[in-house]
Amino acid sequence: MNFDELFGHLGQHTVDGLSKGAIYALIALGYTLVYGVLRLINFAHSEVFMVGTFAVLGVWTAFGVQNNPPIGQAVLFLVLGLVAAAVASGGTALAIERIAYRPLRRKNAPPLIFLITAIGLSLVLVEVFGLLLPDIAGGALPTMFGRARQIVGMPTIIQQETLFTIGGTAITNIQLIVFISAVVMMAALDWFINRTRYGRGVRAVAQNPETAALMGVNQERVIMLIFVLGGIMAGAAALLWSMRFGFTQNSIGFVLGLKAFTAAVLGGIGNLRGALVGGLFLGIVEVYGATLFASNWEDVIAFVVLIVVLMFRPTGLLGESLGRARA
Amino acid sequence: MRRSYVRALGTAALAATLVVAAGCQDSGGEGGTASGDCGGKIAIFGAFTGDNAGLVIPSLNGAKLAVKQHNEKNPDCKVTMQEFDTQGDPAVATPFANQIAGDNSFLGVIGGHFSGESDATMPIYQAAGLAMVAPSATRTDLTQKGNTSFFRVVGHDGTQAGAVATYMKAQNAQKVFAIDDGSAYGAGITAELGKNLGGTLVGSDKIQERQSQFDATISKIKAAQADFVFYGGYTREAAPLVRQMRAAGVQAKFVGPDGLYDPAFPQGASGGAEGAIITCPCLPADKAGGTFSADYQKEYGQAPGSYGAEGFDAAQIYLDAFKDGKKSRADILAYVKSYDKQGVSKYIKFDDKGDVDPTKVVIWAYQIKGTAIEPLQELKLS
Repeated sequence: MNFDELFGHLGQHTVDGLSKGAIYALIALGYTLVYGVLRLINFAHSEVFMVGTFAVLGVWTAFGVQNNPPIGQAVLFLVLGLVAAAVASGGTALAIERIAYRPLRRKNAPPLIFLITAIGLSLVLVEVFGLLLPDIAGGALPTMFGRARQIVGMPTIIQQETLFTIGGTAITNIQLIVFISAVVMMAALDWFINRTRYGRGVRAVAQNPETAALMGVNQERVIMLIFVLGGIMAGAAALLWSMRFGFTQNSIGFVLGLKAFTAAVLGGIGNLRGALVGGLFLGIVEVYGATLFASNWEDVIAFVVLIVVLMFRPTGLLGESLGRARA
Repeated sequence: MRRSYVRALGTAALAATLVVAAGCQDSGGEGGTASGDCGGKIAIFGAFTGDNAGLVIPSLNGAKLAVKQHNEKNPDCKVTMQEFDTQGDPAVATPFANQIAGDNSFLGVIGGHFSGESDATMPIYQAAGLAMVAPSATRTDLTQKGNTSFFRVVGHDGTQAGAVATYMKAQNAQKVFAIDDGSAYGAGITAELGKNLGGTLVGSDKIQERQSQFDATISKIKAAQADFVFYGGYTREAAPLVRQMRAAGVQAKFVGPDGLYDPAFPQGASGGAEGAIITCPCLPADKAGGTFSADYQKEYGQAPGSYGAEGFDAAQIYLDAFKDGKKSRADILAYVKSYDKQGVSKYIKFDDKGDVDPTKVVIWAYQIKGTAIEPLQELKLS
């Protein structure tokens, strides 16, 4: 066990973990929003993120973006990427709701059925992007979609540089952008749910769907809204991911989705602020675990911590519920 | 009315996608068995799609080319080859192996292309009396488990690791940091390299398959102040790793074995892999024997990448067996065992374990330039 490395550079590992966890947290919001309202785990949400990364890749490829563009262009490409990812991810989330969940909901299907449809749809999306896309688009954009199921690289939009160093802890521009963007996005969502009329509708349906319907809240519209919101957050995560790691793959959502779901449970599923706390906590624990042991131990450490936390706080760090406690 | 319409449409769309997706998996597989006294059917399995397919596709193409040329030259001795796409996953390869072993029309197997899938399926093929000729499964101990039906037309990782260590020493490497992915192949070759390096190996880390974020590993590399980083594994993890290393300002030379010989490696790293060294017991295109390179170029419109020549040689062994009139699994197995001929990649004659003569093995270093993998130099074996 490498305690010297961990405690010698504790600040650095914490910063690394926070920037890792910020992306988990953004994806975790999608799980938590849907669970908060529908009491349903949308396992296809990992693919909503995956579609977002491909949208970013598509836009950047279409504009012929090269490595390290000038700063003005870089900002433009990031904005374009964000719009594309938000539209693609939001649209995918909405389509998943319409195709996989709404028909079942109307039939009052048992919860297990939703779970299976979600997993099935997730696999379909993964394979469509892995196999069909290279076949369809491979001729026109060979570097983008040329290889079935393989990874594709994206250009570096912003060169990673150390912005400042505090007591031996270097903070890079990318880490700062990722962390701040993620927190701002989440704060905006939190404000939307807690302070606006639409948000009140969401909280009302989460608390009691029947009463909310009697009070004139359109339940179907609320459900569509939460899927779209979750999708947009996943789209934002997709852009941050593309900027920081610069590659994607049809199966990219699987591990990330699992981690984000874990983060949601860790923070208290159904609780927006819990997703943030859970994501950041998970990111830090993973980096500490990987440093202390080897990198292939990070999942073991992360899940052991999850189990221990849930033993003492079965509803997660901040407790569940979107409507009731209001955080 | 509208609801059921939408639902029916959705179901139909889903079904169509599934059918097309499933259809894509085995595209290119040819059905039908041979007729007449000569010829027969063989199977080829490997990662024809998936994370690391770029490494395997040239071998598949090489084998296809050999079969095509044979069938054109010998119209009365038709050989068919059926493809099984394992995505490099031992868990996918195993049911295929059972299927192939149970179908008596299959007389020989080309594969596996990765060490893990080869290791998992060896006992099945051995029990069925089927010969396996592997074009690129390099883990050293594959041939040291007493298996009698496994052969490979490629040098093993012991030889390659020795060559890598010699190369690093010649480059005056002082501090080597070794990383592996824990796979049968990656962990194997990294351990072999460690034995050869001795004291210059200053640190190591193990990552896991499908890992995307490498902050902890990079911190360790920085702490070790390494001047060389060796990564034993495949493209999927290597591309993001090398890119994140460079972005974080790590200047150490990056060296990886043949698992990274895949166009997706430089492409997936988007410039991060520039200058990286890949070693491979495979020949540069223009060094292969006969008209292989020209034929391959003509057929596929690109130069044979990794293991194109080895795939061709593996298929050629079976084609020669069929031409020699062998018609049963046992006869073909015996034929492979006593094969003794010049191939396009190297001279092929197996020792009693199933390895080619180590002195005939050639290891090359390649370097990433842009998105190309260019031959750099031939490596000394020790």
